[in-house]
Amino acid sequence: MSDTVLAPAVRPIPIPVGDLLPWAVFGGLLFLVAIYFVGTEQGATSLIPGMYVHEFLHDGRHLLGFPCH
Amino acid sequence: MVGSLLLRGMLVGVIAGLLAFGFARVFGEPQIDRAIAFEELMTKATTSAPVAAHTHDATAAAGGMHTHDNAPEAELVSRDTQAGLGLLTGVVVYGAAIGGLFALVFALAYGRIGQLGARATAALLALGAYVAIVLVPNIKYPANPPSVGSPDTIGSRTGLFFLMIVVAVAALILAVALARRLGARLGTWNAAIVAGVTFAVFIAIVQYSLPSVDEVPDRFSAVVLWRFRVASLGMHTVLWTTIGLLFGALTERGLTARFGQPIVAHPLAR
Repeated sequence: MSDTVLAPAVRPIPIPVGDLLPWAVFGGLLFLVAIYFVGTEQGATSLIPGMYVHEFLHDGRHLLGFPCH
Repeated sequence: MVGSLLLRGMLVGVIAGLLAFGFARVFGEPQIDRAIAFEELMTKATTSAPVAAHTHDATAAAGGMHTHDNAPEAELVSRDTQAGLGLLTGVVVYGAAIGGLFALVFALAYGRIGQLGARATAALLALGAYVAIVLVPNIKYPANPPSVGSPDTIGSRTGLFFLMIVVAVAALILAVALARRLGARLGTWNAAIVAGVTFAVFIAIVQYSLPSVDEVPDRFSAVVLWRFRVASLGMHTVLWTTIGLLFGALTERGLTARFGQPIVAHPLAR
């Protein structure tokens, strides 16, 4: 097992950047929005009025290290 | 191919998030409860000073309310929901997003960092991301339990926290580029040492220059603060270890079949 990891018998071929780009744009945006909602919505900045998102995600924010309040 | 990698990354992230949730439940939640009990004690002490000393038990038992200012209001989300479904949602969504981003960076790095296979690439990438996204920012701006941190500075603290992550990620990318450039002249091992030391010195200078945050209230338990921060770090460690190892294990076979060229050194010698 460790032989195949450290001295692979197969040479890796890079995935073409062209194949990657649309996914990177689509996924990158989606994931950053998700992290924003988990981390800072109704904290430092607020798109949705109220405190429900903040209170619901409260413990996760503290433990994940985002400044919560 | 990239689409299926992305999906796998998110799936691995969800599993990592579930494990991190379990860790957080056991090691993190008790510290949050203690911090909230302290917060309520302080709130009581400022509103009704004479009886404050005798309300320990009542406050701890009530435990439910978490208010940001002195005026108690109807609680929006119960403590049970915050510590259960809320925590689960936050950590799993975070895990899925991190797993997805990880898959994208992996797709770019695979085959471009030396001759490393899928598992080694994933493990190394996760280690690097853990250093840049978790370890370095946590040294300067560690996680804070409830009642630590003034609500007035939330904006600047959030800004500094994300700035530290961005700087650490950029510095790590530059360090890897430096190692690759020096590799031909110094050899891989020495080049990695030079790049690693450069990264550490640069981060030390940045952290020395950035403003410090010191908002721990007087009489807040140092033990609770320490345990909370270790729990936070432990949770991230569970998350990144799972992502790095599981993603590599699940990806190896499929990726090698399509994006691998068999190395046959001496076909006739066998």
